[in-house]
Amino acid sequence: MTTSPIDEHVHELGMPAFDQRIADAVARSVELGGDKQTSLKAKDLKTDQEVRWCPGCGDYVILNAVQSFLPSLGIAREDMVIVSGIGCSSRFPYYMNTYGMHSIHGRAPAIATGLAASRPDLSVWVVTGDGDALSIGGNHLIHTLRRNVNLTILLFNNRIYGLTKGQYSPTSELGKVTKSTPMGSLDHPFNPVSLALGADATFVGRAMDSDRKGLTDVLRQAAEHQGTALVEIYQNCNIFNDGAFELLKDPLTGTQWSIPLVHGEKIVFGPDGASCVVADGWGGLRVAETNSVDEADIVVHDAHREDPAYAFALSRLSSQDLRYTPMGVFRSVAKPTYDAMMTDQLTEARSGGAGDLDRLLHGSDTWTVEA
Amino acid sequence: MTGTTSQTTPEAQASAPGGLVKDVVTLDRVVIRLAGDSGDGMQLTGNRFTSETASLGNDVSTLPNFPAEIRAPTGTLPGVSSFQLHFADHDIMTPGDAPDVLVAMNPAALKANLADLPGGGLLIVDSDEFTARNLAKVGYAENPLEDGSLEGWQLVSVPLTSMTTDALADSGLGKKEAERSKNMFTLGLLSWMYHRPTEGTIRFLERQFRRKPEIAAANIAAFRAGFNYGETTEAFAVSYEIKPAPMAPGTYRNISGNQALAYGLVAAGVRSGLPVFLGAYPITPASDVLHELSKHKAFGVRTYQAEDEIAGIGAALGASFGGALGVTTTSGPGVALKSETVGLAVMTELPLVIVDVQRGGPSTGLPTKTEQSDLLQAMFGRNGEAPVPVVAPRSPADCFDAAIEAARIALTYRTPVFLLSDGYLANGAEPWSVPDTDSLPDLRVEFATEPNGTDAAGDPVFLPYLRDPETLARPWAVPGTKALQHRIGGLEKADGTGNISYDPANHDHMTRIRQAKVDGIAASLPPTEVDDPDGDAKVLVIGWGSTYGPIGAACRRIRRSGRSIAQVHLRHVNPLPADLGDIIRSYDRVVCPEMNLGQLSLLLRAEYLVDVQSHTQVRGLPFRAAELAAVLQDVIDSTGPEVQS
Repeated sequence: MTTSPIDEHVHELGMPAFDQRIADAVARSVELGGDKQTSLKAKDLKTDQEVRWCPGCGDYVILNAVQSFLPSLGIAREDMVIVSGIGCSSRFPYYMNTYGMHSIHGRAPAIATGLAASRPDLSVWVVTGDGDALSIGGNHLIHTLRRNVNLTILLFNNRIYGLTKGQYSPTSELGKVTKSTPMGSLDHPFNPVSLALGADATFVGRAMDSDRKGLTDVLRQAAEHQGTALVEIYQNCNIFNDGAFELLKDPLTGTQWSIPLVHGEKIVFGPDGASCVVADGWGGLRVAETNSVDEADIVVHDAHREDPAYAFALSRLSSQDLRYTPMGVFRSVAKPTYDAMMTDQLTEARSGGAGDLDRLLHGSDTWTVEA
Repeated sequence: MTGTTSQTTPEAQASAPGGLVKDVVTLDRVVIRLAGDSGDGMQLTGNRFTSETASLGNDVSTLPNFPAEIRAPTGTLPGVSSFQLHFADHDIMTPGDAPDVLVAMNPAALKANLADLPGGGLLIVDSDEFTARNLAKVGYAENPLEDGSLEGWQLVSVPLTSMTTDALADSGLGKKEAERSKNMFTLGLLSWMYHRPTEGTIRFLERQFRRKPEIAAANIAAFRAGFNYGETTEAFAVSYEIKPAPMAPGTYRNISGNQALAYGLVAAGVRSGLPVFLGAYPITPASDVLHELSKHKAFGVRTYQAEDEIAGIGAALGASFGGALGVTTTSGPGVALKSETVGLAVMTELPLVIVDVQRGGPSTGLPTKTEQSDLLQAMFGRNGEAPVPVVAPRSPADCFDAAIEAARIALTYRTPVFLLSDGYLANGAEPWSVPDTDSLPDLRVEFATEPNGTDAAGDPVFLPYLRDPETLARPWAVPGTKALQHRIGGLEKADGTGNISYDPANHDHMTRIRQAKVDGIAASLPPTEVDDPDGDAKVLVIGWGSTYGPIGAACRRIRRSGRSIAQVHLRHVNPLPADLGDIIRSYDRVVCPEMNLGQLSLLLRAEYLVDVQSHTQVRGLPFRAAELAAVLQDVIDSTGPEVQS
């Protein structure tokens, strides 16, 4: 096999020599089909499959935003893989002309971890929902986050089970009346951002389905992050939980309660910047009226702060009724990724030469029976 | 000693310092069981003795038996750990039904094991441990060393502990620390008794404790003291010699099942040219495969200790999607957790090896004991019609070949494959003729690199479910491959395109083709070997997995008594070999011994409508050859007269 640009590309991406046969297959496909195309348009990412979400579903908006934004990353579509679990959102891979796996309920982070850990040359994405990621797949989610495998998780939170037709989810508010909770849910909900930060996630963001600009901005930062990035996307289920985020979309309450996070800027929000975030004196944060506090006391958002406690405190400003919901990037810190460290260990193990099967099988204690 | 021949020859006398002249008795085989407290190092002692024995050229087979508790209270019955090894000057198949020699390091070990020692057997005990307190712990009212209750055995009472501490008086170690070397003193004594070489053990101890030279020195001193004690004491009048077994020419080593299985996976990676990715969660008795594979990163082997069993197999499947040889290792309870992902692997048709080192079940069951009761779980433990090939090793060393075969099927047919080992194979050891690596199967597969079809407009497209006409395998296109982007998943696939399909006829077709793909593996299998040396047997005994040794030994007994019996042992339980039906139907009676309640016999009866007679046992231990032989003899006797050779 002659050296092609993709060989170099793969090499640059840290693909070790022992994965040569995979690299060879990739190189061969480039020889046959021409160089990898990294300047894509949104339509290049569409498939011939009919999109089958309910009309009016927030998932359409997110799909369009992702298809419009992904080409700007300059990654060839064959180098992108989308892994999903089960649920409405998990149909996502079928509509993206990349590699994809629509797997089983809750397990997408586990499957994506195996793929990302063994193929550091790929851009691996997980698309999941509140039930998929936080209920049946909760264990995989937290462990993926703590390992910091290089993948991006899009968690579509509609605060309901849609595909099974309307049961409460782990993010549904306490007292939620659904088919399975006629007298109201008894479950206290998870705050996905708090949960992710509790697992020491290196990147955590939140965006609204209908806010194309804000969503794209968070997605871009998440995609550029080395390590596991979790983006909670508030997504409206217009059939079973319509208007779940209306208070944040409404021109009046939305402005009053949404807290836009911009790294390096004071956290001031509301009409005319009437509200702000200050320390509460107990290690946490609280919302205050801007004109009642010393300007120097207003918190300046620092997404790169090593200690996750600050970002966690930000996430705790939200209450169940969505009052004071920070939107944007809570935390983005650099830490070694699992896949890079794994590759390093393999490279180090080979520093004295590749494995010799004959030597391995013989071991140190053998005896010979002569003919 | 039962089943042994012995002779004393004048020229085989050994002289020892001090003027003692000791007889050397030649034996053809010996079974020794070492029993002690979990903290006494019996497994290490047994493994060392096995290594020395193997390097001497004896055939050897071992049976470690230890409690699930890491350290039960010292001196109690639940804390007893034992290691049985059988070695001989001929080819042997089992670790032996009953020991000829029992070494009991304390009263608990004696109480737990004495019933297995036939009358007249040699019993070596550490008399120091037979204190009032230790006797009381296990309910001995009187000291059995003194009350005459052991008269039926050749009792040799040796103060192993105090002789060890005496030998280490100048070592600078405290009494407690010095006592820990008593297992090496014992090993030294046994090494003298059976003429085992000592250099290997000394090298091993130096290596093992290279960072603690004083501990290495103490252990070596204790080992030598034990050897010298045997040579000089009058307590042992004879020593024993077991000549090397005639074995096929070649280079041999000693190997355990889990180690052989791990090596087989490494070899499969080398021979396929693919990186091995192991996703695993720790579980007894499979964890050693994870430990072993994690040492072999130089071969490009990636090991991933997942948060749970489900993530272990999930990550392995994800890696397979990316072009790796995905492997997950577990035991029965873990398989239960992985079932849904196995189904996904069936649906996505990706290669995956699922290693189940079976243990006693159900539920947590008997974690450290052996059983074959996951066969039906491997066959059917999934929702829907989800056929999965099943491969089973027959002996510890055979785990190597079985792992390669499981990988061959997984890679060739793009399917998950169950590799069913068990606790006995995992921890048991035997000599292994190290194969020539160039002679190992070529497992290379081609990744898809270009479109394989055209769409309605005549443009080239990739059809991820367009099958190879011969194997029915689908193409394996790894992410990163240009123009072959495709989506797979758990929903039913349209034939060819792989798009979601709810079409009734398509589902019927796809269900049948997934089954046909697995059934078709039978075409790649060699003819079934029937061991029927006399050619006139009317009874066939059929088994799978680790029962090979006991069944084979039972067959030998039957043949030695002049009767005929045929043996078939299955490497492939799913699909069954194509010629098996004809073979089974050609015998008057078919007996199937299993360490479960009749799982293979259920399959054979269903498949061939033959009245297979099931003989089962679930004691957590391998069959005893003598018992099996008696069962088979009864069947032969009731089958009618046959020509005696």
